[in-house]
Amino acid sequence: MMWLSANESEALALSLSVAARSVLLSLPLALLLAWVLTRRRFPGRTLLDAFVHLPLVLPPVVVGYLLLLLFGARGPIGGWLERVFGIELIFTRNGAALATAVMSFPLMVRAMRISLETVDRGLEDAARTLGAGAVDRFVSITLPLMLPGVLAGAITAFSAALGEFGAVITFVSNIPGETRTLPLALYTALQTPGGDSEAARLAIVSCALGLGGLLLSEWFARRVRRMLGR
Amino acid sequence: MLTVSATKHRGAFLLNAQFELPTPGVVALFGRSGCGKTTLVNVIAGLLAADSGRVALDGTVLLDTNRGINVPPERRRIGYVFQEARLFPHMKVAANLRYALRRAAVAPFIGLDRVVDLLDLTPLMGRRTHALSGGERQRVAIGRALLSQPSLLLLDEPLASLDASRREEVLPYLETLRDQLAIPMVYVSHNFEEVLRLATHLVLMDAGKTVAQGNLSEMSLHSGVRAIIGAEAVGAIVDGTVLGTDSSSGLTRVQVGQGELKVQFPEAAPGTRLRVQLLARDLIVATAHPRQISVRNSLPGVITSIASDVDDSDLIAIDIGGLLIMARVTKAATHELGLAPGLPVWALVKTASLRPHVI
Repeated sequence: MMWLSANESEALALSLSVAARSVLLSLPLALLLAWVLTRRRFPGRTLLDAFVHLPLVLPPVVVGYLLLLLFGARGPIGGWLERVFGIELIFTRNGAALATAVMSFPLMVRAMRISLETVDRGLEDAARTLGAGAVDRFVSITLPLMLPGVLAGAITAFSAALGEFGAVITFVSNIPGETRTLPLALYTALQTPGGDSEAARLAIVSCALGLGGLLLSEWFARRVRRMLGR
Repeated sequence: MLTVSATKHRGAFLLNAQFELPTPGVVALFGRSGCGKTTLVNVIAGLLAADSGRVALDGTVLLDTNRGINVPPERRRIGYVFQEARLFPHMKVAANLRYALRRAAVAPFIGLDRVVDLLDLTPLMGRRTHALSGGERQRVAIGRALLSQPSLLLLDEPLASLDASRREEVLPYLETLRDQLAIPMVYVSHNFEEVLRLATHLVLMDAGKTVAQGNLSEMSLHSGVRAIIGAEAVGAIVDGTVLGTDSSSGLTRVQVGQGELKVQFPEAAPGTRLRVQLLARDLIVATAHPRQISVRNSLPGVITSIASDVDDSDLIAIDIGGLLIMARVTKAATHELGLAPGLPVWALVKTASLRPHVI
């Protein structure tokens, strides 16, 4: 973009890339958890529910620290991922995506649960009598009907991922071109003498992205509602 | 043969039901609201687990809790038309229909064209489901259930949410299905008019129990049925065979028991089976064969029993040659005419009060 410096454009592109990875990573898992928490009754459900919501109430720095312990090069999961798949998370954009995914996960699950609760189970029963098995019913009936919530959840999570600071900087540090997303770049600019105008431009970009996300989410929701005749 | 038995506790409610239906046939589950009709139908469909029970259709066991058999609903091949239609809102009418066809477990014996034709769905195919009227919705729901190629069709008060005129708009389609497709049906209703038009058999339910069952003629005079439909609607349902049409009067003669009824039913070919309800309040009892009277129909018979009824009246049961009918007369008339079991009488009814339909 014309009025952004190379560094600023890089931070913007990186942020979008990290947020997209984050949403792709958390979407299937959030869908599964939303379904389990809404439709299943089992011992430990309340505990699982609380665990999913933990990132909402923990300081992001704590989340980043816990990720370091688990997914660090010598952490139980991180070490295994690197040995078996050669996936490195520390100081990489995939690591940043993981941190933002964890932070925005509760928002996504919440949006999906709310829309799943509005799905008429009578329609699933009807599909069942027509010969649809469990997976078929979910794909052909449940998922399309909860689509507004899935989209809203994905867009909210994407917007939140663009803005995540604490967990990212703690887990994957602040490396230009790799983990320095918009908020990290803005923070860095503020720490740099003469970086005021850069900080202002980054703030404007952040605001525009957030607003755009909200409008997009609303537009999608309306479109889908009209499609469903509500 | 469809055989069903089921028990199910639900809080204070206990379902305890048994019935049989010769196939193909239409059995009406009849009873007051909340008597467990829908619960029973859900057990048959497999959507609700019974505490104990057995459901078998023409030799195929779908549920047998003793033997640990419980075929899941999606593999029972039972079509289910719900009271609220339950069309998929994210699909157009055509997609709703194809949804069922695509998932049919057997090679289609009822094709899309046939269903569209039977239910007049052509103008609806491209419509969204929320833009349909109540009657149209139910027609699509019926079509969708048929396209799943069911070996049994459950209809849970499919007309209950419609007003009278909409109901009249859908009923003929259900009659067509019964007559043209040999699919056994379980029809849940608390509306006796619908039962009268559609059913061949009736199972009476009360407080979760199946109280009585039999073919419609037998059941039409059952005291439990009478209690539900009210004194005004009580009347024997009799099936008869068309003998021919009088060219002079234009009336159709129908053999009923050992007597003959004249009804208004143009273009009925001899041999056609007609069903007619003889309402107790419309019947007149005579102890001598009446002459010089405008009433066209007099059925000879013998009184079998007399029971007290509402408003100082008696219900006189008359055997008209293997068929039982009932007439309501005042107690004063019973007394004056000396009506008593064993007495030969004539039951009179105006042609204008008969509304026959084909079965």
